[in-house]
Amino acid sequence: MDKHITAPLKDDEIKDLRAGDYVFITGTIYTARDAAHKRMKEALDAGKSLPFDLKGNVIYYMGPSPAREGRPIGSAGPTTASRMDRYAPELLDLGLKGMIGKGKRTQEVRDAIVRNGAVYFAAVGGAGALLSQRIKSAEVIAYDDLGAEAVRKLEVEDFPVIVVMDSEGNNLYETAVLEYRQDQ
Amino acid sequence: MRIVEVAKITENIKEMCIEANHFLSRDMEECFQRAVEQEESPLGRQVLGQLQENLEIAGRDMIPICQDTGMAVVFLEVGQDVHFEGGSVEDAVNEGVRQGYVEGFLRKSVVKDPLIRENTKDNTPAVIHYSIVPGDEVKITVAPKGFGSENMSRIFMLKPADGIEGVKEAILTAVREAGSNACPPMVVGVGIGGTFEKCAFLAKKALTRDVGVRSEIPYVKEMEEELLEKINRLGIGPGGLGGRITAMAVNINTYPTHIAGLPVAVNICCHVNRHAVRTI
Repeated sequence: MDKHITAPLKDDEIKDLRAGDYVFITGTIYTARDAAHKRMKEALDAGKSLPFDLKGNVIYYMGPSPAREGRPIGSAGPTTASRMDRYAPELLDLGLKGMIGKGKRTQEVRDAIVRNGAVYFAAVGGAGALLSQRIKSAEVIAYDDLGAEAVRKLEVEDFPVIVVMDSEGNNLYETAVLEYRQDQ
Repeated sequence: MRIVEVAKITENIKEMCIEANHFLSRDMEECFQRAVEQEESPLGRQVLGQLQENLEIAGRDMIPICQDTGMAVVFLEVGQDVHFEGGSVEDAVNEGVRQGYVEGFLRKSVVKDPLIRENTKDNTPAVIHYSIVPGDEVKITVAPKGFGSENMSRIFMLKPADGIEGVKEAILTAVREAGSNACPPMVVGVGIGGTFEKCAFLAKKALTRDVGVRSEIPYVKEMEEELLEKINRLGIGPGGLGGRITAMAVNINTYPTHIAGLPVAVNICCHVNRHAVRTI
């Protein structure tokens, strides 16, 4: 079912999302991938603040290609989420409500999603050119030296994602595959 | 003997890095069209539709197909009657990659040291595979490889007793584990035989073979077709969201091996399977 939501996310809206829903996000989201997560973890361990407030927010696992002149961003599709699995539960416990990436997550992440009433979305891997057109502005707000891996604040409009893990722990990757499996 | 200026290598590689990252190769285009026609799952069709639109936008607006514009893998098949002039071939290749990635607005995804991890900022160095062949031409293949799929690739050192069934099971295991991570529908490159490193090379090279062309060895051709069918019964589907089309092709290359071994390498590639080929 197609749904339209705004980011930062609201708890009652997250509760209505179900694995398999096709969702269009409008609002503010933040990018962070491997190196930025490592730095955020170091900041937390050192008692320092993070580049943005996690509460209600969505992290998009993405490192864009450079923007051509006159455009806010280059190609901007999702990266594999599992590389951030080591960091995600702590961030979810601190208030992070949504993640956008691609691919499987660990049981620990799934548990943290359910515990905190959060959601994991997949964007279509390899659709970076299309997704870039739904990003209206992009601003590096931290870790500039990391280049593509810097933390960016994005304003998105009708950004298309699919709910993979909902707040009840349903996992589309597991259920959808079963539906089409013919090898047993 | 034919003299080839290395500047020509640089110029071609620069253009090929940009071309491969913005335009689907002809063989992949045909293969992708078939996938669109065959997919039954509604979500799978939606994903394939997005990917088709993505390809149109990439070529029209010159936005890379994928933000992971890869590490540049370059195959140089050099005719033995060629003499290079004007500098080092390796430097010329890397200069082409540097110019292509900087001037083509491609992402710089290479770190200088695997553990210290400082970005080289120009996507160099390339991974270069040279081979010496008869003739006086230079065939260049540029295959930028993203790591969403590269990370899901596997090598299995099987025992001879595992036989063909063991090989098939190893390939299916790699694809099953890759699942949604590798941006399916995938292209599966397989190497069987050789030594540890030769086998991995065979798998990588297999990905650059036209996806519409089957192996010339009858039993390998059969295996390619059988595995494609079996992979497409796994249910993974486009984007890993369930469906019939999990892979678009299985390309297998083989090589003689040792009496004690049966190496199998599976190099997984995403639905774009970027490669550009030119002969100079």
